[in-house]
Amino acid sequence: MAQVSMTVNGKPASGEIEGRTLLVDFIRESLDLTGTHVGCDTSQCGACVVHVNGKAVKACTMFAAEAEGAEVTTIEGMAAEDGTLNPIQQAFQDHHGLQCGFCTPGMVMSASALLAENPKPSEAEIRDYLEGNICRCTGYHNIVKAILAASGQDVSNIAAE
Amino acid sequence: MPKDGGIGASSKRREDVRFLTGTGNYTDDINLRGQAYVHFLRSDVAHGTLKSVDTKAAEGMPGVLRVFTGADFAEVGGLPCGWQVTDRHGEPMQEPGHPVLAQGKVRHVGDPIAAVVAESREQARDAAEAIEVDIDELPAVVDMKAALADGSTKVHDDLTSNLCYDWGFVEENKDAVDAAIKSAAHVTTLELKNNRLVANPMEPRVAVGDYNRSTNDSTLYTTSQNPHVIRLLMGAFVLGIPEHKLRVVAPDVGGGFGSKIYHYAEEAFCTFAAKALNRPVKWTSSRSEAFISDAHGRDHVTKIELALDADNNFAAIRTETYANMGAYLSTFAPSIPTWLHGTLMAGNYKTPVIYVNVKAVFTNTVPVDAYRGAGRPEATFQLERVIDKAARELGVDPIALRRQNFITEFPYATPVAVEYDTGDYNGTMDKLLEMADMSGFEARLAESKKRGKLRGLGVNCYIEACGIAPSNLVGQLGARAGLYESATVRVNATGGITVMTGSHSHGQGHETAFPQVVADMLGIDESMIEIEHGDTDKAPMGMGTYGSRSIAVGGSAMVRATEKIIAKTKKIAAHLMEASEADIELKDGQFTVAGTDKSVAWGDVTLAAYVPHNYPLEEIEPGLEETAFYDPANFTYPAGAYACEVEVDPDTGKVTIERFAAADDFGNVINPMIVSGQVHGGLAQGIGQALLENAAYDENGQLLSASYMDYAMPRADDVPFYSVDHSSQTPCTHNPLGVKGCGEAGAIGSPPAVVNAVVDALQRAGHDITHIDMPVSPSRVWAAMQG
Repeated sequence: MAQVSMTVNGKPASGEIEGRTLLVDFIRESLDLTGTHVGCDTSQCGACVVHVNGKAVKACTMFAAEAEGAEVTTIEGMAAEDGTLNPIQQAFQDHHGLQCGFCTPGMVMSASALLAENPKPSEAEIRDYLEGNICRCTGYHNIVKAILAASGQDVSNIAAE
Repeated sequence: MPKDGGIGASSKRREDVRFLTGTGNYTDDINLRGQAYVHFLRSDVAHGTLKSVDTKAAEGMPGVLRVFTGADFAEVGGLPCGWQVTDRHGEPMQEPGHPVLAQGKVRHVGDPIAAVVAESREQARDAAEAIEVDIDELPAVVDMKAALADGSTKVHDDLTSNLCYDWGFVEENKDAVDAAIKSAAHVTTLELKNNRLVANPMEPRVAVGDYNRSTNDSTLYTTSQNPHVIRLLMGAFVLGIPEHKLRVVAPDVGGGFGSKIYHYAEEAFCTFAAKALNRPVKWTSSRSEAFISDAHGRDHVTKIELALDADNNFAAIRTETYANMGAYLSTFAPSIPTWLHGTLMAGNYKTPVIYVNVKAVFTNTVPVDAYRGAGRPEATFQLERVIDKAARELGVDPIALRRQNFITEFPYATPVAVEYDTGDYNGTMDKLLEMADMSGFEARLAESKKRGKLRGLGVNCYIEACGIAPSNLVGQLGARAGLYESATVRVNATGGITVMTGSHSHGQGHETAFPQVVADMLGIDESMIEIEHGDTDKAPMGMGTYGSRSIAVGGSAMVRATEKIIAKTKKIAAHLMEASEADIELKDGQFTVAGTDKSVAWGDVTLAAYVPHNYPLEEIEPGLEETAFYDPANFTYPAGAYACEVEVDPDTGKVTIERFAAADDFGNVINPMIVSGQVHGGLAQGIGQALLENAAYDENGQLLSASYMDYAMPRADDVPFYSVDHSSQTPCTHNPLGVKGCGEAGAIGSPPAVVNAVVDALQRAGHDITHIDMPVSPSRVWAAMQG
C-alpha cells in the first residue's frame, strides 16, 4: 500500500492505495465521490471521465498513483457551491440531454473539456469529440443539441420534440 | 401553445438535477457496513462436464471469507421461468433447470461455477484465479438448425432434444394459409436473420445482499426494472423467503432495455451468501461479465412468405422462425418469439389468414430474452422487409402497396388473435411524407451522386402491442404472473402528495411525468407531488416497467387511486361547506359548490382529513390515502411510419444515415419532451441493430464480440439529428388516460427502414440485391456489391 495525495474539486484528498488501484476506484471508493461511474473495462464508454490538470481523462485508464499532486475535477465539482447548475449542466436539463443519468457525468465532463478548447463547435465536431462517450438512452440527439446550446449557438432549427 | 404544466406539458425533468451533479444513488453507490465482495468464476468453455472444482488454494488466500460452489446450492431452488408455452400438439415446452451455480455441467461461456467472497473486490478476484477447475469439454451446440438435427449433442441431458417447443399460431389456420399461398397470384419469399444483440444499459448489473440476524429479514439492492417481481421469484422459488421477510430495492437504475427485468443468479447468490456469512455481500458486474451473463436479445432465423392476389391485396402470410433460447430459459424468454411476436404478424395490414411457426432452440450460448421491443421488432422487420421486396417484384410503389392494404376501420380483429382498438395508419404515413421531404429526394440523390455516393430511401410502418397486459388473457397464454399494476396515493395533511407506484423508472422520467397526471386531475402544482418507486417496502405490489407499460398500466393505476382520493375529498368538502356531495366541483385546487360562491381550498380539505374536528366521522374514516390495482382490458397498439435515407460508399460499403423521420401515434401524450427522447433512444438502438451491433459466436460457442472493442455500440457520430413527431393521436379507448406507450417504438420501427434504404440505394445503382442481413456492415455491403 502507498499513500497518494491530490486536490479533488478544490480540496486536498489523500488515501492509501495499492499500486494497481485505478483513479476511478480511488475517487469512488476512497473519496466516496460516486458521481463518476464505471460503465466498461476497456476504456470505451467514457462514464468515468474526469478532469486531471484541466484535461479530460478516463479515470479507469489511469492509476491513482499517477494522479499524485494533480488537480482533479469530478462531476461533483461542476455546479456552484449553492447548487446552481453550470451552463452545460443546465443545458442538459433544458434540452433533455439525459435519461437514466449513468453516462451523464462523463458526458458533462467531456462536453466541458470540448468547450474549453473549442467554444463554438459544429454539430460534426461535437459528434466527433464524443466518440469516446457512449450513451444508450438518448440516441445522442439531445446531448448534441444541449452542447450546441451551452456554447451559445441557436438550436431553434433542430427539431425540439 | 405549449402547456406549462400538467398533461401535455414538456415539464423539465426533476430527476435530472441529481444525475447532473453526481448525486444519484445507483446500486453500486450503496456500500453497507461490514460489506464483503463476491467474484464469480465463470466457465470459459461453452459446454462441458465439471469433473472437479478445487477451492482449497483459494480458501487460503488473503481476505477470503468463503468459496461457494454448486454443492452449496444443490438444495437451493433454481431460477424459475415465468412463462410456459404450449406447443403445436398441446404439450408443454421443455423446461430445463437453471441452477444458481453450475451443477455438474457448464452450458455457456459465462456460466457461473464458483463464487469467492472476500474482504475486498481485488482479494475476491485474486482468489478466484486460484480455483482449479477440471472440465471435460463437450462439443458446443451453437447453430440452431444443427442443434435440432438427429444426433446433435444435447445442451440438457435430461431433455429429449434441444427443441424447447414447436409452436404454431394460429394452428387451426395452417391449412387455410397453405391453400391461400398455393393459389395466390404472387408469393414473395424472404429468408433473413434477426441478429443477436446485447442490451447494454450503460450501468452494469449490481447486487448487494444484506441480512439482519436479529429479525431474520433479508434485503437485496439490485439493478432491476421490477423489484417486486424479483422479490416474488427469488423469495418464493429460489430461496424460500416469504415476501414479508424480504425487501428488494432498485434505486436509481442506469438503463435496462429489458435486460434488467429478469431474475439473475447473482441476485439470489448475494442474498443467500449475506445470510450464510451474516455480512452484506456485494457484486458489481464488469462490462466483460455483462456480455456473458446479461440476457441477450433477438436471434431469430426466419423464412417469411407473403401471398398477394391479382390486385396486390395481401392474401396470406406464412412464417417459419427458429428462435434461440440460449442455454437456459431466462425469466420471460419463451413468451418473446411466441405471444409478443406471432400476435403482431398482421402488422398494419388486412391479411385474411396468417400462420406463424416458431421453433425455440437450446444452444450453448447466453440465455436470450426480451430486449427493447421484444418479439415485435422481429415481427416488424420480416413483415416490412417482405412487403418492400414484394413491391419491387411487382413493380409497384412500396408506400402505395402498404396504403392499399392498411387496416382503416377500428376496432379490428386480426387473424392472429388480437384486436386493435384505434389507429390511423394513413394519418401517420401522411405526416411522415411531409416530415421526410420526399419531393426533395431526387435532388439529394443527385447531390450524393455528384460526390460519388449511392443514396437510398426506405420507408416502413410498424405496430406494437404495449401496455401488457390483461391478466386473465396472459394467464391463458401461459404467463405465471398477473400483469396489472398498483399505485398508492398518499395525501399528507398539508396537501403534498406521495405516489407509490409499482412501475420503475430507469431513464423514462416517471418522477416528472407521473406527477403531471395527478397535478392535472387535482388542479394543483406538479411540485406538490412526488413519486416513490423501486422499493418493495413502499408500493404495495408492482409488476414493473417493460413492454412500454408504465404510463398505460402504472399510470392508469395511479389515475384510479387519485379518483378515489377525489371522491373522498369531495365528501369532506361537502361536509365543510354543508353542501350536497353531488354539487361539489374540484378545479384548480379549489372545491366549490355548483351555483354558489362557496369554496374551500385543497389544503383545507386535506388538513381536515388528518385533523377531523369538523368531519363526517360517521360516514368516512380520517386520513387520505388510497390504493388501486389496475388490470388492463387489452393491449395498447402504438403504430407509425418511419423513413430513412442512407448514403452508401461504393468503394468501402460503408452506410451512413443521412436523414431519419419517425411519425408515431402514441395516443395521448403526457410529456412530449420525454416522449421524443424515448423515440430518439429507440431509433439509435434500431440503427445500431441495423448497421453496427452483433453478438457473434464462433462454432465453439465463444462470444467474439464480448467488449466495446468488438461489439459496435452506436456512437454520437453514427447517427444524425432525427425528425420525430407524435401529433397523430388516436387515443387508446380502454385506459383512462388514452395513452398507448412510447418506449419501444423507435427500436421496433427503425431497422427495416434502414435496410430498406440500403437495398434501395444498391438497386438504384443497378445491383440486383434484394436483402442483406443485419448488421449491414461495410464488409457485408461491399461483398454483396461484388456479387
